[in-house]
Amino acid sequence: MTALPRWADVVLLPLLNVVLAFIVGGLIVLAVGQNPLQAVGIMLYGAFGYGSGFGYTLYYTTDFIFAGLAVSLAYHAGLFNIGPEGQAYVGGLGVILIGLALNGTHWAIVFPLMIICGGAFGALWAFVPGYLQAKRGSHVVITTILFNFIAASMMGFLISRVLKPEGVNSDESAPLEAITRVPQLRTFIELFKNSPVNLTFFLAIAALVFIYWLIWRTKFGYAVRALGKNPVAANYAGISNQKMIMIVMAMSGVLAAMVAVNNVGGVQGRLILNFVNGAGFVGIAVAFMGRGHPVGVGLSALLFGILYQGGQELAFQMPGITREMIVTIQALVILFTGAMGDMLRAPLARLLVRSDAPTGAK
Amino acid sequence: MEQYFVDITLILDSTVRLAVPLILACLAGLYSERAGIVDIGLEGKLLAGAFAAAATSAVTGSAWLGLLAGIGAALMFSGIHGLASINFKGNQTISGVALNFLAAGLTTFLGQSWFKRGGYTPQLSGDQRFNPITLPFAEQLREVPILGQIYYELISGHNIITYVAFIAVPVTAWVLFRTRFGLRLRAVGENPKAIDTAGISVTRLRYQALIITAVLVGIGGAYLSIAQSAGFNNNMSAGRGYIALAALIFAKWRPGPALLVCLMFGFLDAVQFRIQGQVFPIIGEVPVQAIQALPYILTVILLAGFIGRAVAPKASGIPYTKER
Repeated sequence: MTALPRWADVVLLPLLNVVLAFIVGGLIVLAVGQNPLQAVGIMLYGAFGYGSGFGYTLYYTTDFIFAGLAVSLAYHAGLFNIGPEGQAYVGGLGVILIGLALNGTHWAIVFPLMIICGGAFGALWAFVPGYLQAKRGSHVVITTILFNFIAASMMGFLISRVLKPEGVNSDESAPLEAITRVPQLRTFIELFKNSPVNLTFFLAIAALVFIYWLIWRTKFGYAVRALGKNPVAANYAGISNQKMIMIVMAMSGVLAAMVAVNNVGGVQGRLILNFVNGAGFVGIAVAFMGRGHPVGVGLSALLFGILYQGGQELAFQMPGITREMIVTIQALVILFTGAMGDMLRAPLARLLVRSDAPTGAK
Repeated sequence: MEQYFVDITLILDSTVRLAVPLILACLAGLYSERAGIVDIGLEGKLLAGAFAAAATSAVTGSAWLGLLAGIGAALMFSGIHGLASINFKGNQTISGVALNFLAAGLTTFLGQSWFKRGGYTPQLSGDQRFNPITLPFAEQLREVPILGQIYYELISGHNIITYVAFIAVPVTAWVLFRTRFGLRLRAVGENPKAIDTAGISVTRLRYQALIITAVLVGIGGAYLSIAQSAGFNNNMSAGRGYIALAALIFAKWRPGPALLVCLMFGFLDAVQFRIQGQVFPIIGEVPVQAIQALPYILTVILLAGFIGRAVAPKASGIPYTKER
């Protein structure tokens, strides 16, 4: 493999891959007879143009930061966790249970407990695939996919049969009282009127910093990366791979479950059927696009936040384009930055090395 | 007694109907996974095939052209998967995940752009669909107790894709275990280096496997939209590609057991509708969700090695790099 200069490897290559994904997406929009540039303009306006739009963008970004970090953390340990969707869903159970148990209590007490309790449920849902990988050798990719489906069935049953109060028609739990819910930023900042962005947003920013510190500044993070790069070497170095796999998966589940704190605790104030609605899967695209680095994850989560909020606006303004175009973009981003991430590496290396040659010493 | 017999025949009949897409997708996955290519993207190919088949059939009025389009769409997806995982030596799991999202996004997006029905294609009828075939003498034998009824209800009266799916099982077994191509296919999934040393192209063999995969799963997709139903609707594959993947693991990558597992999963799907709201002695009411989750739970237990061991082909998921 030809070596690229570090700046090209870290910035240029990922950027080119993302651009490629968007060009292909633009061509698809063009193919159905719509103007992609006009679409981008509308999306940017929808995402930043007015206060509540911007608030929604940050709200989606919060979800995607957590889901993206969940996938990234596991990926650093060489584990592909496809399960944040299910982990967030089950995490919602923990959030609503503690919320309902302490319903009416001030949020300052309940919010941390939601994080702990929701996190614990999410951790459990990710720990089991981790345990099965570590101790029984079943592949974490397959098990987490299966656990997404099992979570959907289990939560469907619990919400529609157990948590649903008498006399309510839609499938949802009893609501939390206003004082118990995680406060939304619009109560402090006028700008965010009618938008659901809440205190969980700052939790997401803190999580980005924490994960950076954890992975690159601690012994534990070193062990995680060692496991991901070379499990055999990690084992020789005295790291217990089995233990690490289980711990990392559980932590990944905690991060995924924070999506539930954002949604159940901060926005809906109740547990709604299928509330995760694909946010967990967006995390996969966010993680690959951001290359697992918190800075990258933060930026790509913002990009997807823009796409999701802008996509809502787009659906109003250009009826020819549905919101599903965003899912297509998401797929293209995963494809070009994840699966085909090295496609441009060789041509790029040739290009850069050639242009460097005259200035080089030889 | 008579009533029980009729009930059971009906449940088995819908078992067959529900198992067909699983069988096709499962066999499809079998070819690529045996060749060492992990195919998480079955779900996406199934969905893309279903959409292309329904859209083409709606426009041209021919179910056969629809079928071809379904296969064509699956081939395109397989092509991307091959490009990513064989040529660029990318991560096959990631590529498969991307394809699943690509199908989910594109089918709804294009469906809405082309037909303006919220992602649905127009209702199909007549020659736009594959209709049930009545096998010879089915009508005459209908009155014969038990055997005649089984022949009439269970064996006759399916569409052509159903019969294709069931024939594909022994054919696959024969190809895999009785032909030179099958031997090479299994070898490239276990030890690609040996194949390469023997002077056979690993790349070519893996692409051949991907083509067979696409044909089968494309037919499966077409079955969903133009045989079983009369048109495409959003996300109509509804996780069947993943169930097929689970069935493949359950069957330990062998065609015969794959058929049985798919029929079992189809049966679970069929009874799910029937037991809704029914109260059983001792266990009481069984929630639908429990039956829905059962295939997944069983696969988890199997994967964990509590009921036998499922070992994937050795080179599965590893891109092959020739030594330079």
